Amino acid sequence: MTEPLIIDLSEVGRRGVSLPACDVPETALPPETLLRDSLDLPEVSEGDLMRHFVHLSQMNYAVDIGMYPLGSCTMKYNPKVNEDAAALPGFASTHPYQPAETVQGNLKLMYGLQECLNAITGFAAASLQPAAGAQGELTGALMIRAYHQARGDTQRTLMLIPDSAHGTNPASTAMVGMEMVEIKSDARGLVDLADLRAHLSDRVAGMMLTNPNTLGLFERDILEITRMVHDVGGLMYGDGANLNALLGIVRPAELGFDVMHLNLHKTFSTPHGGGGPGSGPVVAAPVLADFLPGPTATAAGPGDKAPYGLTMPVQSIGRVKAFYGHFGILVRAYTYIRMLGAAGLKGVSQIAVLNANYLQALLKDTYPVPHAGVCMHEFVAMGQLPDASDVRALDIAKRLIDYGYHPPTNYFPLIVPEALMIEPTETEPKRVLDAFAQALIDIAREAREQPELLHAAPVNSPVGRMDEVRAARTLVLRWQDRTTTE
Amino acid sequence: MSSTARSPFVPHTAAEVEAMLARIGLRNLDELFEAIPADARFPAIDLPQPLSEMEAMAELRALADENKNLEHLACFLGAGAYQHYIPSIVSHVTGRSEFYTAYTPYQPEVSQGTLQSIFEYQSMICELTGMDVSNASHYDGATAAAESVIMAVSASRDKKKRIVLSPTLHPEYRETIRTYTQGMDLTFVGDQDLSTRDPNALAALVDDETACLIVQNPDFMGRIWDLEGLADQVHAHKALLVVACNPIALGLLRTPGSLDADVAIGEGQPLGIPPSYGGPGLGFFTCKREHVRRTAGRIVGQTLDTRGQTGYVITLATREQHIRRERATSNICSNQGLNALAACVYMAALGKQGLREVAALCYHKAHYAAQRIDQLPGYTVLADGPFFHEFVVRCPRPVSTVNAHLLEQDILGGLDLQPIYPSLTNCMLLCATEVNTSAQIDRLVAALQEVSA
Amino acid sequence: MKVDPECRYSKTHEWVRVEGDEAVAGISDYAQHELSDIVYVEAPEIGDSFAKGEVFCVVESVKTATDSYMPIGGEILAINEELEDSPELVNKDPYGDGWFIRFAVEDPEEVDKLMTAADYERYIERLQKEGEH
Repeated sequence: MTEPLIIDLSEVGRRGVSLPACDVPETALPPETLLRDSLDLPEVSEGDLMRHFVHLSQMNYAVDIGMYPLGSCTMKYNPKVNEDAAALPGFASTHPYQPAETVQGNLKLMYGLQECLNAITGFAAASLQPAAGAQGELTGALMIRAYHQARGDTQRTLMLIPDSAHGTNPASTAMVGMEMVEIKSDARGLVDLADLRAHLSDRVAGMMLTNPNTLGLFERDILEITRMVHDVGGLMYGDGANLNALLGIVRPAELGFDVMHLNLHKTFSTPHGGGGPGSGPVVAAPVLADFLPGPTATAAGPGDKAPYGLTMPVQSIGRVKAFYGHFGILVRAYTYIRMLGAAGLKGVSQIAVLNANYLQALLKDTYPVPHAGVCMHEFVAMGQLPDASDVRALDIAKRLIDYGYHPPTNYFPLIVPEALMIEPTETEPKRVLDAFAQALIDIAREAREQPELLHAAPVNSPVGRMDEVRAARTLVLRWQDRTTTE
Repeated sequence: MSSTARSPFVPHTAAEVEAMLARIGLRNLDELFEAIPADARFPAIDLPQPLSEMEAMAELRALADENKNLEHLACFLGAGAYQHYIPSIVSHVTGRSEFYTAYTPYQPEVSQGTLQSIFEYQSMICELTGMDVSNASHYDGATAAAESVIMAVSASRDKKKRIVLSPTLHPEYRETIRTYTQGMDLTFVGDQDLSTRDPNALAALVDDETACLIVQNPDFMGRIWDLEGLADQVHAHKALLVVACNPIALGLLRTPGSLDADVAIGEGQPLGIPPSYGGPGLGFFTCKREHVRRTAGRIVGQTLDTRGQTGYVITLATREQHIRRERATSNICSNQGLNALAACVYMAALGKQGLREVAALCYHKAHYAAQRIDQLPGYTVLADGPFFHEFVVRCPRPVSTVNAHLLEQDILGGLDLQPIYPSLTNCMLLCATEVNTSAQIDRLVAALQEVSA
Repeated sequence: MKVDPECRYSKTHEWVRVEGDEAVAGISDYAQHELSDIVYVEAPEIGDSFAKGEVFCVVESVKTATDSYMPIGGEILAINEELEDSPELVNKDPYGDGWFIRFAVEDPEEVDKLMTAADYERYIERLQKEGEH
């Protein structure tokens, strides 16, 4: 099943939307030299267009279709009321440069969300501006850099990062001109304290740590780790990718983190949108609060025109994007937090962790789990079966598609060979977990008895495995490239 | 623990929880969290009492109602976020949960909908800008601008550290560029004041140490510049020309590609995305083919599957952070997926004729408004050349005074330019688009007339 | 796995073939096999100089980017421009059409420290054995 490109449905003279006639006197256009010549966009009717995109939508897997156990991605169900709230014209049709007194509802919501995020994480201040988790990381690294610079502590150029970290941690570090120092994991799958100790010095700017880490394990030595880093004058950055395990369970600020980003599109149920837009607010301890990007929402002081306004933190690193953040996403997350409250959020993390441990219990006898024991919201199994040596994690992942599931994250974290990183989230019922585990157990049997089924998988999907080598070598990156390469 | 499911989004019954704990070999849920330092475990979280869906929606609606929104105001405010008509089909497509509840399309076999729509988006953005390559999008125009600077420095193999910025590149884009590059030891010149507003004056600042020149066209104040020959001046110093542009204006205006620009970036929000108090928007990023391997962000390419069918995959992924880590071209790992889809639907719905028509409507309405306002006593339109849909008006009173009067009549006036450019005393940046009717423009003109010196 | 008897080898799987004051370098058949389908070779610029052990190329397959290290020091005289459009040459003919660079040898004595073809053959046999465990 494939769908033609929209340009291939185009016929001269068709149109997809009608426009009003010009109701003002027309002005001569600028001289020809300033105007474009052709504009070869499609010419299609509205009906053709709608069918085209409905056909395309039918070629996607989605949370609303079934379980999406991508490790570290927290693919939970996205409540529909969030979408309705964000679409209210009172929010969606507001302009970022409207005077504050005309957008008090927006500012009150932003202020309220900042307060909620502070309460949940234990930090002192929040900026909702960062557009995504990676941008939140960049923000945190810039804040740590600015803090040391402001103290004249300019020799601190090293950022400590565990070998289990997401690729965005080292990439963000490099972007702020710091050098990454990799810290090994020990046999427990946790930060190797001896290796950490060996890398501590007065050149350390900070450490970026994901907790629970990407193996789904809580860093038990966290208080010791943050103390060690603080003792040499470094600051602790918390990667909030895995916060879904900690709501109402522990506040990261109380573990010694100084700054942290949150992924509203993971923990707080806003949709992933096929890759974005996400939202990555940053929360900070008092030591870094003044360095937050902005403006942030503030409650007014005496003499202000309106109760809520926008203020730039005094030592701000500056803005990390235009305007104030992904406001439409903030509305969704706020709606979610208001519906759940403190008890509801704690229930989210309890059940997210229960689901992961339950699934691990069902699967660990079939798929080796190198760091077994109680996990947090996810666990990492190996897609390498002792008696099916020519089957790889990739084959298992693709075969799951034939069983109607989205595959788990594979080949990450890098420290586990043939990794299958599984995060069920709290929104999957026991019935679905049982069926998913059975599918993986059945696939393990197939791997031994009929490995060719796995090598050929998926067969029940709209398309088969893609020739990625061809894609990378021929580089057809737009439909205009087709004639020159085919 | 209550005996029933705890929220509509957590389906577990008490009996199921018990059964699952038993299978794991634990007695209660607390035992799942013994790795957490005991002193910090299970803190009380001070949040407002939870609400039912109905109550939550009522609270959100009340907040929304505290705002004045553009459906009720006559909006003449632009400056980087624009009100345009969004055809109904756009939200009907983006509202399909097969799109919005999907993840990044790392598994192409079950993500062809997302992948093909990104490929179509890339194709149409390339068509609009006249450039060779588009990525799958950045967070917004400001961050796309920042990524273009980082790419230009990398194209010089990190040898050139000087950046020439136009003073009429959006002020928040200039701020964002500076924030992003704090650790890169760059020098910025060109945007101290408006003396270098003319791109030719700016080009004189380009030297052999310069990595790139960034101009905006139409510029932040709406002026359309003739950029013919600018690329040659920049390329003579082996620097790159980056052009920030408005996608609706490109319905009419010459493309950055035809002007030999190396990179064209901009804010795609006008393409079917509501202003939503400034976000989420859509940063588009396009460049010449020779720079494709230095670009940041996701790119989708066409290929074949094992069955010989045409299909789409994320390609050139070795540039990205999940593979190259600290040596990636950027740390970005998302794109504005759903907003890129909105822009894709918008461009296809408007199509070849429609986009030109929208651009022409914007142009005519803005010019009509400018002509009318220029005739008012005390008001002067500062237009020393062609403009698109924004223009600068010098008012007889401070802009805040004028805007306060307009707001009383439910008119959202223009941006006060004086805080950004101190020489522009009492100047506001006004914008008109296809949504502004002649009646609205007449109301604006009448209301302005009431505010005299 | 083919090993070209004319070449000398580094532990990081680059080969070098000395031709007078100049040398040609690329990656071994073992290396191209390990990397699988090569989709791009990021080449240095002519005139660049590299010391022994410095990264002079990055070889990309679909899911990896791997550094190539200068087997002996020198200044780049030519790069294999064919690889721009046909990176698969590295897979097809790693010691011939799939060469990476031609460079001026700085210190001919560095060549002697590289493995001979026979040494390299034993080296990769050992690696393969280790890989089986």
